Amino acid sequence: MTSPIAGGVDCDLHPAVPHLTSLLPYLNDYWRDQVTTRGMTDLVSQSYPLNSPISSRPDWRPAKGKPGSSLADMQAQALDPFGVSYGICNPLYGVQMVFSEDMAVAFCRALNDWLVKEWLDRDPRLRGSIVIPMQSVEKSVAEIERCAEDKRFVQVLMLVMGDMPLGKRAYWPIYAAAERLGLAVGIHAGSNYHNPPTSVGWGSYHIEDYVAQAQAFQTQLTSLIVEGVFARHPKLKMVMLESGFTWLPPFLWRLHKFWRGIRMETPWVDRAPLEIVRSNIRFSLQPIDAPPDPATLNRLFDHMQSDELLLFSTDYPHWQFEGDAALPEGISADLVRKIMIDNPYATYTRLKQPAVKETAP
Amino acid sequence: MNMQFRSRPDQASANGVKTAIADCDIHPARATKTELYPYLAKRWHEHLETYDKQPYQGMMEGPPYPKAQPNASRRDAYPPEGGPQGSSLSFMQAQHLDPNNVVLGVLNPLATGQGIRNQDLAAAICSAINDWQIEKWTSKDSRLKASVVVANEDGPAAAAEIRKRAGDENFVQVLLLSRNVEPLGQRRYWPIYEAAEEAGLPVGVHAFGFGGNPITASGWPSYYIEEMVGHSQCQQTALASLVLEGVFERHPKLRMVMIEAGFGWAPSLSWRLDKNWRLLKSEVPHVKRPPSEYIRDHIWWTTQPMEDPEKRDHLFQVIDWIGWDRLLFATDYPHWDYDEPSRVLPAGVSDANREAFYLSNALKLYGLA
Repeated sequence: MTSPIAGGVDCDLHPAVPHLTSLLPYLNDYWRDQVTTRGMTDLVSQSYPLNSPISSRPDWRPAKGKPGSSLADMQAQALDPFGVSYGICNPLYGVQMVFSEDMAVAFCRALNDWLVKEWLDRDPRLRGSIVIPMQSVEKSVAEIERCAEDKRFVQVLMLVMGDMPLGKRAYWPIYAAAERLGLAVGIHAGSNYHNPPTSVGWGSYHIEDYVAQAQAFQTQLTSLIVEGVFARHPKLKMVMLESGFTWLPPFLWRLHKFWRGIRMETPWVDRAPLEIVRSNIRFSLQPIDAPPDPATLNRLFDHMQSDELLLFSTDYPHWQFEGDAALPEGISADLVRKIMIDNPYATYTRLKQPAVKETAP
Repeated sequence: MNMQFRSRPDQASANGVKTAIADCDIHPARATKTELYPYLAKRWHEHLETYDKQPYQGMMEGPPYPKAQPNASRRDAYPPEGGPQGSSLSFMQAQHLDPNNVVLGVLNPLATGQGIRNQDLAAAICSAINDWQIEKWTSKDSRLKASVVVANEDGPAAAAEIRKRAGDENFVQVLLLSRNVEPLGQRRYWPIYEAAEEAGLPVGVHAFGFGGNPITASGWPSYYIEEMVGHSQCQQTALASLVLEGVFERHPKLRMVMIEAGFGWAPSLSWRLDKNWRLLKSEVPHVKRPPSEYIRDHIWWTTQPMEDPEKRDHLFQVIDWIGWDRLLFATDYPHWDYDEPSRVLPAGVSDANREAFYLSNALKLYGLA
C-alpha cells in the first residue's frame, strides 16, 4: 500500500442531506409550505441508490441514516485517517433533477446554506462547492456570487449529465463568474435525467449508468474544449470528479486527430487539446479504472504525459477502494506529493487564502 | 487522415508489389438516387418520391452536422464518369483496390434503410441494398465482400433478412450502426444476434446512425467534430450494453466487429466494467464472467481512424492490452479521414503482428483463410 502523506487535500467528499425536510430551516415560508403541503419526497437520485454497493463502503455505512450524513463518521473514516488539511465537500443531493427553475433556485440556495451551517462551520478542515440551479444561468451566477463571499467555498459544482453540453455558450457567464472569483468548476458524475443517461438512450441497469458516466465525461470534455471555453477563460480550472481518468489518453489521441483534420470548423481552438487539458483540466484520483498491478498503472500514468492532472480523493463514502488504499500501489513519493498536495493547491487557489467571510460593502 | 499524414516510405516488396492487405471498411455509394429502384417494389418508388425516407433526425437532404468535405469523402475520389465518391467500381479498383493490393475489401453501405422510422420501408431498402451489393460489386470483383444490411429497429425483419442471406458467399458479416433507438444490448435487437450466430456471420457495428436520442447524455452538441469524436463514446456505451445485457452469455459463438470508432478506449472501458461488475454483479446475475473476458473473446476492432499517440510505445502497449489478433486494418475509402495503408502502422512491429494486422486476422474472422 502507498501511504498518504500528512497535509493533503481530499478533493471529493460527499456529505449527505439526511432528508428533504433537513433543508426546511433553509427555505423561505413559501417553499417550506410547498414541500410540506405537496408531500414532496426526498430527492434521492438513481445515480446513487442508497443501498447500492457503489453508494457506500460497507464499513463506512452507518447503522441508520444515509451514508455520509454524519460529520463524526466523516471525521473518523476519512478526514483523520488520511491526515488531510482540507476536505472538499461535494453534496450530491438531487436538487438538479427538479424541472421548475424557481424550485431549483430555492433548493440550491438551501443546500448551500445547509452545507455551511452543518458542515463547514463544524470542522475547520472542510471546504465547500456551490451547487447551482442550471435551469437559469442568471440565477446560477447570482448564487455563485452570493456564496463566494464565504472563502470556504472553493468550487462551483455541476453534474456531468444535464440539459445541454457544458461547453455551450449559454453557460459561459457561469465560467466567467468562477474565473473572476477564483473558484474552480467541478463537474461530478451524475445526471439530472433530463436526457437519457447515455448517448444511445436508456439502458436497463444501474451498473450501465455508472459505467456510462465515463463516456459522459468524455463528451463534456470535447464540448468544453471545442466550444472555446478555455480560449475565453484561460485561467479557469475545471475538475472532473469521480470521472475515472484512464480513458483520457486514448480520448485525447482521437480528439487531437480530428482537431488536426477539421480545426477549420472551430478556429478559436488555438492550442492542441492535450495542451488545454494540461493547463485547465484536472481529475480526481478515484475511481481508478485499471488493474491493480503497479506496472500497468505506471504505464497509464506515462500515457497521461503529465503528473499535474490528478487530485487526491477518497470519494467518501462511495466504495472505490478497500481499507486505507486510497492511493494506488507502486507510485513514487514524488507523485504522491503532487497528487495529495501540490496539484490540489494549484487548482483550488482559495485554499491558500484565509477563510474569513468578507463583509459586504 | 488524408489531409496531413506523415511521410513514410511505402511498404513494397523487392519486386515492387505491395504487401497484400484486407480493407475491412469500404463504403460503396449509389451513383444516382434511383439506382436502388430495380431492387424495390413499385410501391416504394412512389413512397420515396412523395415522402422520402423520414429518418430519426430532421434533415431530409443531408446529415444534421455538415461534414468536413462533400459526402464526407475525398475530393480526389470523384469517379471520372460522374457520380459521388465511391459510386464507381472501376474507379475504386483503379484508385484503391489495385494500387494498394487489397485482396479482401469488406463493403459497408451507409445511408440505407437503417435509422429510418417506417419499418416496412427500412426492410425493403435494406434488402434492396443487399441485392445491389451483389449485382454492382461482389459479382463483378471477387475481392469485394458484402455486409448484410438489416432493418435494425425491427428484430424479426432483420433476422429474416439475415436468414435469407445465410450461406451466400457474397456476404461475410451483418451490418449494424452504433446509434440506435436503444443501446444495442436491448432485447429488441436479440433476434439479430440469434440469426447472425446461427448463420456464422460476425456482426459489424459501424459508427454513425440515427436513433432519435441526443448524441450525448447532455443533449445535442454544436459541431461535427463533436459528432465524430463522440462515435467512440456511443460505441463504448453500445458495447457495455451488449456485455451487461448478457448477449455474449446467450450467444457464445457470436463475434462482433467495432468499426470506425477507435480501439484505444477498449482497455479502460474493460477495466471500468470489471471493477464495477465486481461490486454490482448481484444486479446482473446473467453476466457470469468479468466483462473484459467477453470483450476479449467476442470483439474485433477495425483500425481506422488509427490511434495516433505522440509516442508509438503507447500505441503498442494499448494493442498489447487488446491483442494483436483482434485488429482489422481498414481505410474507410472513400471517406475524407481515410487511412493510407502504408502509413498507418509505425516501425517496430514484428512481421507476424504486421501480417495479422493487415491481413490474416480479417481472413480468419471472415472465414476466408
